[in-house]
Amino acid sequence: MPFVAATRSLGRAGLFSLSVLRASRPTRDFFAELVREIYKIGARSLPIIAVGGAFVGLSVTLLGYRALETYGAANQISALVGLGLYRELAPVLTALLFIGRAGSSIAAELGLMRATDQITALGLMAIDPVAKAVAPRFWAALVSVPLLTALFCSLAISASYFEAVHVIGIEAGSFWQVLKDAVDFREDFCVAFIKAAVFGGTAALVASYVGYHAEPTIEGTSVATTRAVVNASLLVLMFNFVLSAFLFR
Amino acid sequence: MTDPAPIVRLTGLRLDRGGRAVLEGIDLTVPRGSVTAVLGPSGSGKSTLLAGLTGELVPAAGTVEVLGAPLPRAQRALLELRKGVGVLLQGNGLLTDLTAAENVALPLRAHTRLPDPLIRRLVDMKLHAVGLRAAADLYPRELSGGMARRVALARALALDPPLMLYDEPLTGLDPIASGVIMSLIARLNASLGLTSIIVTHHVHETLPVADRALVIANGRIVFTGTPAALQASSDPLVRQFLDGQPDGPIAFDAVARPGLALEEPA
Repeated sequence: MPFVAATRSLGRAGLFSLSVLRASRPTRDFFAELVREIYKIGARSLPIIAVGGAFVGLSVTLLGYRALETYGAANQISALVGLGLYRELAPVLTALLFIGRAGSSIAAELGLMRATDQITALGLMAIDPVAKAVAPRFWAALVSVPLLTALFCSLAISASYFEAVHVIGIEAGSFWQVLKDAVDFREDFCVAFIKAAVFGGTAALVASYVGYHAEPTIEGTSVATTRAVVNASLLVLMFNFVLSAFLFR
Repeated sequence: MTDPAPIVRLTGLRLDRGGRAVLEGIDLTVPRGSVTAVLGPSGSGKSTLLAGLTGELVPAAGTVEVLGAPLPRAQRALLELRKGVGVLLQGNGLLTDLTAAENVALPLRAHTRLPDPLIRRLVDMKLHAVGLRAAADLYPRELSGGMARRVALARALALDPPLMLYDEPLTGLDPIASGVIMSLIARLNASLGLTSIIVTHHVHETLPVADRALVIANGRIVFTGTPAALQASSDPLVRQFLDGQPDGPIAFDAVARPGLALEEPA
């Protein structure tokens, strides 16, 4: 009965998400854990996001230039790059890179905590394991992914500017003016951040859920890590379509 | 003078795992201040009994009373009760991203509003009690097996619980570390006025510090009495376990699962 099993699993994941929200209390200990997790999953993801953003900017610029040049609209390249990045590419690719870098580590850490009795020990010390181990990771992802998306966009546009102006030969003033005219602060920029926050929260919840409920063995941890990356990536791609359909005109 | 109520009372207890009864018909009272050794071969249900005492496993039948009250089912009430029960797990359960001192401070920070300097002082005292004040800033990966077990013991004692449960406290330790842990358990029990339940299959190391012993085999309690009476017992189940005989009334092989064919020897 795969349908029944899938429904049950979805229900459990929903209850787990609710328990994470319920366990999120603004205590001193919580903020200390939150800062530590933002460093671990956010700050340590900076290099991969920066490099990823720069190369995506270069690729989109090259691809866009070849297409736009045919119609004599090569100077519109920054509009294509800007809209493409803010509306779709930056939130999705940042989330996918984040899942590979930090989502997998969240699942592995929680799986190992389960396998080495750390989660059991927290419960036996009357400390809610979800509040101690899961809630700070969830909020850290919710804060980090929008900021990482901003960095991704900055690096992508900087790389695009370098390629468009210094390699292709588009005028610098035209590059910035077209970008400014095409990208709307509220409808493009802010929506990108809403998407990024949703993707960050989704990635952290999926990774935490599979890690927290992993079989308490090394193999269980390995399975949970793979499952976290696959499930979170697919969910991000699905949510991206839904959010794009509802948020963009 | 009347006897105070026992700290643990089990009545007609049955505990199931995976729909199968692991323990059945368990009746037990543990008096305050005693050291009780729960002995039995691997897989006999000792750790299951411990899971029943901490509320991790809900009884299929019977009642569990801990600290003079029935074990609550509600999660919040259960967490409240657990503050009065210290548990030393077989795998220690030390948080690997915290130092030894931070691990010991964990329950104090979670359950008290004491100022930081006082918590540091208490942590220092707890680590001193297990002889590890110098290891306060070391991470679990930097500790030997015996040291990690002692840090876990200090953490279990952090809130001064009246009841201590030890799950296989000697597993993976060399004879010297085993001796240190057992003498610590006995000394702390006497000096802090605790009640200790030690679940183990290490008979010879545990019996010298125990006041009472019970043996679990084949899903039930097969012996309750003093360590001396246990040593003198002629019960075949007890003798097989104590003398380490492969043949006897205690099945050595695992129960075959239905549908799992065993290969015939060539």
